[in-house]
Amino acid sequence: MLWPLFFLVTAIHAELCHPDAENAFKVRLSIRTALGDKAYVWDTNEEYLFRAMVAFSMRKVPSREATEISHVLLCNVTQRVSFWFVVTDPSRNHTLPAVEVQSAIRMNRNRINNAFFLNDRTLEFLRIPSTLAPPMDPSVPIWIIVFGVIFCIVIVATALLVLSGIRHRRRNNKGLPGLDDAEDKCENTITVENGIPCDPLDTKGGHINDGFLTEDERLTPL
Amino acid sequence: KGPGVHRRAEGFVCCRAREKARPKWGNPMQFLLICVSYAVGLGNVWRFPYLCQMYGGGSFLVPYIIMLIVEGMPLLYLELAVGQRMRQGSIGAWRTISPYLSGVGIASLVVSFLVSVYYNVINTWAVWYLFHSFQDPLPWSVCPLNGNRTGYDEECEKASSTQYFWYRKTLNISPSIQENGNVQWESALCLTLAWLIVYLCILRGTESTGKVVYFTASLPYCVLIIYLVRGLTLHGATNGLVYMFTPKIKELANPKAWINAATQIFFSLGLGCGGLIAFASYNEPSNNCQKHAIIVSIINSSTAIFSCIVTFSIYGFKATFNYENCLNKVILLLTNSFDLEDGFLTASNLEEVKDYLASTYPSKYSEVFPHIRNCSLESELNTAVQGTGLAFIVYTEAIKNMEVSQLWSVLYFFMLLTLGMGSMVGTGTAILTPLTDSKVISSYLPKEAISGLVCLVNCAIGMLFTMEAGNYWFDIFNDYAATLSLLLIVLVETIAVCYVYGLKRFESDLQAMTGHALNWYWKAMWAFVSPVLIVGLFIFYLSDYILTGTLQYQAWDATQGHVVTKDYPPYALAVIGLLVASSTMCIPLVALGTFVKRHFRKK
Repeated sequence: MLWPLFFLVTAIHAELCHPDAENAFKVRLSIRTALGDKAYVWDTNEEYLFRAMVAFSMRKVPSREATEISHVLLCNVTQRVSFWFVVTDPSRNHTLPAVEVQSAIRMNRNRINNAFFLNDRTLEFLRIPSTLAPPMDPSVPIWIIVFGVIFCIVIVATALLVLSGIRHRRRNNKGLPGLDDAEDKCENTITVENGIPCDPLDTKGGHINDGFLTEDERLTPL
Repeated sequence: KGPGVHRRAEGFVCCRAREKARPKWGNPMQFLLICVSYAVGLGNVWRFPYLCQMYGGGSFLVPYIIMLIVEGMPLLYLELAVGQRMRQGSIGAWRTISPYLSGVGIASLVVSFLVSVYYNVINTWAVWYLFHSFQDPLPWSVCPLNGNRTGYDEECEKASSTQYFWYRKTLNISPSIQENGNVQWESALCLTLAWLIVYLCILRGTESTGKVVYFTASLPYCVLIIYLVRGLTLHGATNGLVYMFTPKIKELANPKAWINAATQIFFSLGLGCGGLIAFASYNEPSNNCQKHAIIVSIINSSTAIFSCIVTFSIYGFKATFNYENCLNKVILLLTNSFDLEDGFLTASNLEEVKDYLASTYPSKYSEVFPHIRNCSLESELNTAVQGTGLAFIVYTEAIKNMEVSQLWSVLYFFMLLTLGMGSMVGTGTAILTPLTDSKVISSYLPKEAISGLVCLVNCAIGMLFTMEAGNYWFDIFNDYAATLSLLLIVLVETIAVCYVYGLKRFESDLQAMTGHALNWYWKAMWAFVSPVLIVGLFIFYLSDYILTGTLQYQAWDATQGHVVTKDYPPYALAVIGLLVASSTMCIPLVALGTFVKRHFRKK
């Protein structure tokens, strides 16, 4: 007597939960990638926990507080580990709309991830996009602070150098006016004399003075 | 002869007094360091590794070293000797050699000015990245989120996070050079700061510059050594080093390898800009500039090779990282499509499993097959990048994957900044020395005001490069402002010293000045080999420009997430022509002007 009922229940179960069913979602876990050596084996107990977390998420939705673990159906578990799940209503005849399930999972994604020591990347709900964490945005960008500090230092150093230069020149002007006049006179001196530049005349003593010797004159011509 | 002697005597006294006024380097070490700081610049870090990769790895060193000995050292010695002998900046020095040739000095000044306008923009970007390195996570390591926070920004997804940060956040680049856009205030602020730093370093002339160069010359080496140690210990570094040092001997037969080696040596040493003449003019006349020329050119090339090692270990790390990422993506795709057990597929059994799946599930495999990328370490290593792409995209990509990435990022951009500042300080000195030597200008304005004015003008013009299309204009300046002009200037310089002034006369001047005889090698190089080499390079460049027809540039396409090639509009071509003409035309125009002036004076 009970057998037909059992077959009926499994038939309904198979109808409601199968790959690409209406309102069904595929879940994919990458436990080995996330945990490496500490990876746990995916067995029916883990599946129970998963169903509990999904039921917990649905209970948080205002109109669905009566959701039980038995309303969450899993099927097609592969060795990947991946499977499909649906959430049925209390009558077990219909599945809850995908939109509700999606928003419930999104709200509690963090809790679900933490229950399995996974993150958004290693516990994937296909067709349920995760909300990415916004980047930390300080009120004043950090680079402007650094810029301000360096800018002030450079301005102060420049001002110091310029002011000390002005003071140095003023002191020089007061002290030695004669030397400046001599320098000014020099500005008008022609630098080239007879095609020979002035400079070699004042190299250190004892060197060849080009002003008075040309190559031909080195050897007295006959 | 009477009045002549009297005039000569007066000239003797005055000249000695004037000579006392010329500032000098604190000690010969400062002169050496500023030459090193000027020569060792960003080109050593980002152009040489690219050339090495393109032209046969280890075998590129052969043409490079040959060109160094044949071209680099002689020309460097020539410029230093001219500066030390004439004891004036570029304009005065060439006017002394021959009044018809003062155009050479003016051309050097114009080229230095154009270089300084665009070069400091690189320092701006280095400053920008440096200030952004004090964050966790580094801003170029993650993509920003899109509007409804379900995914990442579209442009960032298509390109990569480092490219996005460079093209969108730093440059905010427009799709083509015609669309100018607005000045980006963040870049403008950084440019102002960069120019303030340059002003701070050069405002006092040799007094301040001489001290700054201790820092700008030595810090890059410290950072390069740290990076060498870090780079060699990175996972996958050996892949890059093996790739680089495997010599591809047949590349030696490629004439482009030799031409690029010659070009690299030429531009890397900063010849023809007037900088080296300016530095040497502040030397003691008895300074042994031959020794310094050899030391500087050897240090310059060794730094290039050294940074090549560092760059290739970083390349190897980045290529290995990307290759492993690619493999992981393929593994994930296959695992998900065929529901294989997680962790079953690894890099080692990937090929066998692929064959097994292809045979067992042929229909499903053929569906998945188009999405499987062919991962190859060779192709990752082959992506040769030079210039700003290498520094700001490739290196940042490698840095973001290192541990404690903020530290490495700060170190790296600080090094870039000091390299760039060293070259900027040298270029600034090259511009200021002729200006302060000129009696007209220096009688009205003090040194600080002249430097301030130069920096202000440069900063104002540099705002052009902070606009949205600024990077395209930067590329124009980078490629065309200095290349042809410098070749012509150095050619005229060599011919002027050897044939106009007279090689024998120059030789005796040097002997009188330094006390050492001039080696025959230098004479042979100056008189024959170097001019021939430069003429060869000149012909190559001209024919290259003529053969390529229209000039093109790389524009960033935001919708596709990669660069596309476009043609320059006519007004950009006009600007290019103007850039080249403004410096090269100085030489004939001034010669003509002097000739006309003398002609009228004779009448």
